[in-house]
Amino acid sequence: MPDISLIVALALMVIKVFIVTTILFVLPLPLTYVERKVAGHIQVRLGPWRVGPHGLLQPFADMIKLILKEDIVPDKADKFLFKLAPLMAMLPAFVVYAAIPFGDKWTIPFIDREVTLYIADMNVGILYVLAISGLGIYGLIFGGWSSNSKYALIGGLRSSAQMISYEIAVSFSAIGVVLLSRSLSLLEIVKSQGGNLLHWNFFYLPVGPVWFAIFLIGSLAEINRVPFDLPEDEGTLGAGFHTEYSGMRFAFFMLAEYLALVTVSVMSVVLFFGGWNAPFNVPFVPPILWFLGKVILFIYFFMWVRFTLPRYRYDQLMTIGWKILIPVSLVNLIITGLMKI
Amino acid sequence: MEQIPFFIFAAIAVLSAIGVISVKNAVHGAFYLMITLLQVAAIFILLRSPFLAAVQVFIYVGAVMVLFLFAVMVLDIGKEELRETFNQQGVIAIPAVLVMLALIGYMIIGGKVLAPAGNLTDDVLIGNSTEVLGKELYTKYLFPFEVVSILLLIALVGAIVLVMKDRKR
Amino acid sequence: MLTLTHFLILSFLLFSIGVAGVLLRRNIIIILMSLELIFNSANIALAAFSYFLKGLNGMVFVVFNITVAAAEVAIGLAILVAVYRNRKTVNVDELGDMKG
Repeated sequence: MPDISLIVALALMVIKVFIVTTILFVLPLPLTYVERKVAGHIQVRLGPWRVGPHGLLQPFADMIKLILKEDIVPDKADKFLFKLAPLMAMLPAFVVYAAIPFGDKWTIPFIDREVTLYIADMNVGILYVLAISGLGIYGLIFGGWSSNSKYALIGGLRSSAQMISYEIAVSFSAIGVVLLSRSLSLLEIVKSQGGNLLHWNFFYLPVGPVWFAIFLIGSLAEINRVPFDLPEDEGTLGAGFHTEYSGMRFAFFMLAEYLALVTVSVMSVVLFFGGWNAPFNVPFVPPILWFLGKVILFIYFFMWVRFTLPRYRYDQLMTIGWKILIPVSLVNLIITGLMKI
Repeated sequence: MEQIPFFIFAAIAVLSAIGVISVKNAVHGAFYLMITLLQVAAIFILLRSPFLAAVQVFIYVGAVMVLFLFAVMVLDIGKEELRETFNQQGVIAIPAVLVMLALIGYMIIGGKVLAPAGNLTDDVLIGNSTEVLGKELYTKYLFPFEVVSILLLIALVGAIVLVMKDRKR
Repeated sequence: MLTLTHFLILSFLLFSIGVAGVLLRRNIIIILMSLELIFNSANIALAAFSYFLKGLNGMVFVVFNITVAAAEVAIGLAILVAVYRNRKTVNVDELGDMKG
């Protein structure tokens, strides 16, 4: 007879994976609505208003539209990679969440069983997240190349160049966090920031804020958000790498993009803002609420940035990556190392 | 129990490696190579070295392959499909490869290449090989480590000099 | 039960495929990719030996190997770009000017 506890552990794992995946699948619906509302209010207009009260049903209308749209595969496209690209963009966005800790431990009421609020605690968690989220770029590159359209190709080219340039800066900021927290495991990183506000990596003065700025700028560039959204620059490239995509395939790209936004928000919270740790000693607020609250703040911040800043030119983008971020992170690395001796 | 995942990873790795050398289009080759590299990362996990697996995905799949694709796309080499893809050395090369296959295969299967087999029981290697690896790198292997970093620097400068267009002329 | 032989055979198969690619193909990019296959087969063998000998030396060498491979790709692709700019071809059979 097989071990009961093993089966229970396995079942718990499956349930956790299922819950996380479902939430991530549904998440873009509210996010599109919120993004448009934020855009509307920042630009002094109403945003979506017609479908449902306050336009609340707009995301569902969009979803139905995307499902019903004809799925076009261009005649001259490379069919194999064209069909595979949206999946390759989407999968890594989900897989990243295997390593992300949402909380420490939680006892289920009534049956009194303790569960961990993360799928796996890897001892190389931070490397895993960086590596897997880097894989999403293949969807963009293959999508851009296989469309056999020059706008899409240039979009794919730009995203790969951007990714290579900014990956270095983001990795440096990850090294900085590892130096501050003395662990590669995301769980340990969050635990090392326990206590109050001042233990967060962000408040490790003077290097913490600099690492955070490097991480933020680099991540914005890696997930192709404004002001670094050159791969899908409407003004010059049509729609960039997904010019030729329509219907559900396009929806997959959008899904991947929103999930990348959530991932960056989550990683900012985990690496720099103490994860589920409360800033002050407040009773009765469960840690998961702190976590979600911080993540929501970051998502709002990214939307705010998107509708406030103009887009950089391509050469400016490269200058920022190679001539500013990398030297600054090298200097910062030395300072952090000296402070940690 | 570990055999099943091993054979799955190994089969995918070998098949997509064959894909790499047999496709006409370089972009498809890059796609198959990426799959092989991911399987190699999985093999590293079977060998209890998650750090190597992460580095493999991070550097090989995340950076090196993107660089490959970037070069292929910049030069637009995908259009060379019309030409013959294989050269005429096949007559000599295929038997040579087969002989090598037979020789080394004989040595491996015949037990000429050995290491004392057995599962790892050391906590060090199963639990936290990353930390030990880091300590080794910065103590015992400090000199090779520095040499490799100089090599990387030279490669960086060399690559820039090679592709820089001559501005004087 | 996995033994060293399993990993060595896999490593060796990848190595042979890589060598075949280098010897048979004309496209220089595919040749570079085959070189990556050879690097990876060596890495598998090193990691497997390291695991079965219960030491870390092999893994350290894999780290060095990956670094060297990254440098090799950077230089290789730079040479490729320079050659393609001058000659407009990536076919190795047409790049035989240095023959004596």
